Amino acid sequence: MRHAVISADPSPGGMFRRWPFFQRLLSWTKPYAPEERGSRYYERYDWNSLIGDEDRLRAIQPGLMDGTSYFPARAEMEASLATFAREAGLQIRYGCRWTGTRREGDGFVLETTAGEYRCRVPVFAFGMAEPWKPDIPGLDVVPHYADTRAPETYAGRRIFIIGKEVSAFELANGFLPWAKQIVLGSPRPVALSVVTKSLVGVRARYVQPYEDHILGGGVVLVNATIDEVVRTPAGFRVRTMRSDGGGPLVFEVDDVIATTGFTPPIGDLPTLGAQTSGRTKIPALTPLFESIGLPGAYMAGTVTQGAPGLKKHGMPSSSGAVHGHRYNARILARHLAQTYFGIDPVRPQLKADAVLPYLLAEVTRAPELWHQKSYLARTILVDGSRGIIDDGILPLQLFVDSGGPDGVAVTVEANPAGDIYPAVYIRKDNAIIEHLLPSNPLLDFETAEHRKQLADALGPLGL
Amino acid sequence: MAAAPADLIDTLSGISLFADVGAAELNSIAHIVEERRYADGERILRQGISGSAFYLILEGEATIRVSGTDYGTLGRGEFFGEISALLGEPPVADIVAARTLRCAIIPGPAVEPFMLAHPTVMYRMLKAEARKLQRATSWRT
Repeated sequence: MRHAVISADPSPGGMFRRWPFFQRLLSWTKPYAPEERGSRYYERYDWNSLIGDEDRLRAIQPGLMDGTSYFPARAEMEASLATFAREAGLQIRYGCRWTGTRREGDGFVLETTAGEYRCRVPVFAFGMAEPWKPDIPGLDVVPHYADTRAPETYAGRRIFIIGKEVSAFELANGFLPWAKQIVLGSPRPVALSVVTKSLVGVRARYVQPYEDHILGGGVVLVNATIDEVVRTPAGFRVRTMRSDGGGPLVFEVDDVIATTGFTPPIGDLPTLGAQTSGRTKIPALTPLFESIGLPGAYMAGTVTQGAPGLKKHGMPSSSGAVHGHRYNARILARHLAQTYFGIDPVRPQLKADAVLPYLLAEVTRAPELWHQKSYLARTILVDGSRGIIDDGILPLQLFVDSGGPDGVAVTVEANPAGDIYPAVYIRKDNAIIEHLLPSNPLLDFETAEHRKQLADALGPLGL
Repeated sequence: MAAAPADLIDTLSGISLFADVGAAELNSIAHIVEERRYADGERILRQGISGSAFYLILEGEATIRVSGTDYGTLGRGEFFGEISALLGEPPVADIVAARTLRCAIIPGPAVEPFMLAHPTVMYRMLKAEARKLQRATSWRT
């Protein structure tokens, strides 16, 4: 497909030159894993490498890590992105900032600092790059997470961190050797990923401040609305109201930091009709990452979390991270090629007796299904004229909600109890039947029991 | 997240489910619910598919559809998905956005703690359920 890529950054990996503040990512890459490094199945253990169809573009990240941690340092992540761009021969115009958008006929005109680009389909991958602070009196003078100083400058100081999510705990964890006291305040109680049994909540790496709190070590977690922040001669006064109805609490501290999140720099897209959801203003997207309200405009990267999918049991997709959105990008590229460029590669055909072992292997090992649980699915179509077709990895919502040939979609799911199990969706005469297969202590879904249950589920399709 | 957007709090304050809730509690609720927009025709709740949530309509309309047949519409302030969330069973109907729809969402596993933490909201929900039951059994009188 003829295309142009522009980036406001001077080179690949701009975000990782600044964040995370305390240097290491939260997403892991295991150099030594149960699957061979460089294989597709290995991607389940490597959350950080970008992916290409060529083998030389796989598993770049582990080759750049120094072995001191399985969480890459941000310089290692930046190097990984730069290596991918170089090895893939990506043609990117750096230092070119998108400044405006307008429609022209069936397409769009993108105004940039380097002139205008005309295109049929714009794809915006601007990330969650803009620091955001809520409208709280006095918060305008408070530094955002993005403006945090070097940790040693907080030595012996009392710090109030507004927020109790990952970035709040990242800072608190880094300040433990320096700060005199750390308070983390926000209306909601803290959620820990090891308790929610999902990626929702503070990740295990940053739980130390929580343990310090529950053991009375000096870190304080407060569930309270932040009513006001006032500058005082000695520092800041933070007025709060306890969420449990216990009344006001006032804190006198030396520093306040707002870890209140980031929002996408969506520019003028809302004025053209693009809709957003929630306080983070993430663009609302269809299952194929097209803007709701601005048809023809698509999103890639972390903002693809604007297409939330089925969100079973309230569990979000992983689209806000590399290991999730890298697969969304592949789906988007295929969709754009089909829809706008008439490029529709032939899908592999399967023999009937190959379907069952293929699907069991996929739910046991496919990285797309393990990283994007309940979100992406391996899809097989049973089409009278074409036979049994492997339709690839697609959003589960697309299969469940859109009609089409009979078929089956398999994915991996998890529930609040922490069980991980395969799920099978049979589409027959445009009606969907869900089958949840059992979990397994070794996460082996190629057992005789799984074989039997999947065979029963596939029965109506004649497979 | 430290403060919910004022427009969400304003929207929630105008919905009868929250009529007995004070400002501080409403602020807290605005932090708990997730907000989402749906395109016209998009399915929100899916008949027979497990793991769904509780939905409250903030703007727009939705259609109740069972096996392809429409059984009415839901509008602003009405909610759905509560039976499935409370019983832990798949929904018995599709709910489909009749036009662009904006909903507040509480994931299924969070519904019970939400209700226990906000008993006045639970009482309002119970009254709404009682009215539904009354309508459903009105043939007896």
